Amino acid sequence: MADLKLLLRQIELIKEEYIATDRADAERRVKENGAAVRIQSWFRGTRLRSYLRHLHRQAIVIQKIWRGYVARVYFRKMVKVQCFLMKMNFYNEMAVRIQKRWKGYYVRKYVHNYYARKRYLDGLTKKNEKLRRAMEEFSEMQRNEREHYQMEREEQKKCLQARRMHFLLSTHQIPGVFNSPYRDFPHEMELQMKSVKPLLVKDIHHKRQAVDPSALGDTFLKTQPLPPIPSKKPQGPFRDPAAVLQQRYRPLEPSLRVATSITDLEEAREELRRGEWQRSIIHHAFQPFSHAHRNKKYERSIHTASSYERLGYGTVYFREENQGKLRGKKPFKSIFTTCHVFDKFGQFYSNAGKIV
Amino acid sequence: MSQRQVLQVFEQYQKARTQFVQTIAELATRPQNIETLQNAGVLSLLRPLLLDVVPTIQQTAALALGRLANHNDDLAEAVVKGDVLPQLVYSLAEQNRFYKKAAAFVLRAVARHSPRQAQAVVDCGALDALVACLEEFDPGVKEAAAWALGNIARHNGELSQAVVDAGAVPLLVLCIQEPELALKRIAASTLSDISKHSPELAQTAVDAGAIAHLAQMILNPDTKLKRQVFSALGQISKHSVDLAEMVVEAEVFPAALACLKDPDEYVRKNVTTLIREVAKHTPELSQLIVNAGGVAAVIDTIGDSQGNVRLPGIMMLGYVAAHSESLAMAVIVSKGVHQLTICLVEETEDHIKAATAWALGQIGRHSPEHARAVAAANVLPRLLRLYVDTESSEDLRVKAKKALKSILQKCTYLPALEPLLHEAPSDILKHVVGQFSKVLPHDSKARRLFVTSGGLKKVQEIKAEPGSLLQENINSINSCYPEEIVRYYSPGYSEILLERVEAYQPT
Repeated sequence: MADLKLLLRQIELIKEEYIATDRADAERRVKENGAAVRIQSWFRGTRLRSYLRHLHRQAIVIQKIWRGYVARVYFRKMVKVQCFLMKMNFYNEMAVRIQKRWKGYYVRKYVHNYYARKRYLDGLTKKNEKLRRAMEEFSEMQRNEREHYQMEREEQKKCLQARRMHFLLSTHQIPGVFNSPYRDFPHEMELQMKSVKPLLVKDIHHKRQAVDPSALGDTFLKTQPLPPIPSKKPQGPFRDPAAVLQQRYRPLEPSLRVATSITDLEEAREELRRGEWQRSIIHHAFQPFSHAHRNKKYERSIHTASSYERLGYGTVYFREENQGKLRGKKPFKSIFTTCHVFDKFGQFYSNAGKIV
Repeated sequence: MSQRQVLQVFEQYQKARTQFVQTIAELATRPQNIETLQNAGVLSLLRPLLLDVVPTIQQTAALALGRLANHNDDLAEAVVKGDVLPQLVYSLAEQNRFYKKAAAFVLRAVARHSPRQAQAVVDCGALDALVACLEEFDPGVKEAAAWALGNIARHNGELSQAVVDAGAVPLLVLCIQEPELALKRIAASTLSDISKHSPELAQTAVDAGAIAHLAQMILNPDTKLKRQVFSALGQISKHSVDLAEMVVEAEVFPAALACLKDPDEYVRKNVTTLIREVAKHTPELSQLIVNAGGVAAVIDTIGDSQGNVRLPGIMMLGYVAAHSESLAMAVIVSKGVHQLTICLVEETEDHIKAATAWALGQIGRHSPEHARAVAAANVLPRLLRLYVDTESSEDLRVKAKKALKSILQKCTYLPALEPLLHEAPSDILKHVVGQFSKVLPHDSKARRLFVTSGGLKKVQEIKAEPGSLLQENINSINSCYPEEIVRYYSPGYSEILLERVEAYQPT
């Protein structure tokens, strides 16, 4: 019995042990499970991480290679660009040098040529001097001419005076006014009178007409001879002088027979022949026209033919041109001068004019 | 009464009429008789005599009428009012050459005085009759007709246009070619009067071929003819570039310069007018004249003449210099500035002085070289005096000021600017100070001269508004000099020094 109780107590103890161990087991199981999970997760983690690391490394390699490639391409491009820029800068520099020289040359020669301007101003000064001298000479010459002309006029006047006063010339018996015995020597008028002819009345008329009419200027405000007054008719049984003169100097009125010349007929024939020669176009009047196309002889125009050479008339020029005179001139502007025939038609200033 | 006695009465009457008309015609030549004649009512007595049977009485009456109308405007108006003109115009077409001359003389005398009388003459239909007279053979008739047309066309453009429309111009050009000198003179004068009003009228004259004939007459020895020819060419060329070029193409130029030495001053004046009118249009035409030596010739002419005769020459120099700076330099090289300064000093008339000031301004305004040449001739103080003088006319002051400004803006010749610093009013002073402020920073010798001549002192004394351009220029001048010097010359420095002396405590 005690064994039974002991065994029952042992069973109870075993049950309690079992339950305790079960509980402990269960706890340990949980714990161990947890630990196992933990270990597994760590392992999975490291495995995965190493795998990822491996993947990363590979991706990095790829990316590295790619980036390197891209960068090298870009670098090559950049090098090309830099090379190009370097070349362009060099060319620009060289072009600037060329342009510098060219612009300097061009401006100095064509835009503002200092030496040409200096030469021009020097030349202008010289030309001015020349012109001033030439004008001085010209004015001198003109002054001399005028003085000469004045002197001649004076001389002529003196001569005229002497001619007019010729009657005052001294004779052998009576000394004249200009040859007074109280003078040492005769007056120049005396000497002049001796050398000229006396002035007659008919010469005075000539003298009057020799005056230049254009020098008179205004022909009205100065005293001009008024228009002639008709003189009185002569008293008596005289006919009208105009009729008498007409009768006295009547022109000859020959009859037709008298007026024609003796060779009139021949002259008329000549006339006709000349007219025919001018007017006729066909000189060989009866040329056979059945073979006219074969008999055509080329006739040279008389205007372009001469015995020695072919003239330029009609081919080179139509009007003679003098090249020397025409040099540097612009061609003629042909301005048509208006013809005033019908301008005044229907346009008068006043009604009075319309009668015309 | 027998027939003879009856006829004798008529003869006596005719003799009396003839004597009356001849005496009146002779009396009318003297100006002192005119008044008496007018009061005695001579016009109403002469009018019926114009319709007299005897031709010589008609002619003499017309002559007397013309001489009367020539004297003054009232008589001419009385002639117009007396309805004489239509009769004269009608008989111009009919009668003999003496009558034509007398009638044309009356028309010219009437048309001379004013546009109204000329219009009255035109309204009577005189133009056609006068143009018909121009086709006559007698040169006296042509001369009288041309003179009448010239007097009509002189007044204004419409009357000239009427004359041209009547077809006068080709006939006038034919008249110029005639051998008689008086006719040539009158025809040239009429062409000049016609062309002066407008370009179209000048073009009409040119189309009729006037220029070639006028150019041929340039070297004719007759003085009055030369006057008219040059006047005509000048009037033609003044209107446009094309007309001026046509005048130049007629090879007028080197020949016209010879006439600048003519003893008659009006010939010289007209030649210089022609040269001026040609030069003013384009630089090329001016260049042509300069290359022919025209500038030197004109300058000599200015030297030889006095008064109004100089004016076209002065203006020509101004126009030439205005076109370009090389032409202005050509004027300077030909000693133009010297001559213009002499003009500026000698002349008394304001308009001539104004023209001279303008010409000098045109010469000096192009570049510092030009301004230096002008300033070295001592022109600037004179211009300043003209500007400041209260007796100068408005036009003269304006032109002097403009010239002064334009020269000053380019002038870097400091010795000439110094006197201006002391005398100039404020509006000129700012330009002078501006020029100093441009030159002084770069030139040390000039700075020294500026101080020693008292210019710096003067500059300090100028009162200017702060912030204005003048103040900035003064500041830039002051900045060229050390501080002490500027303070030394500033006004009132001696007082400051004396105050410092008073305040000083000797230790």
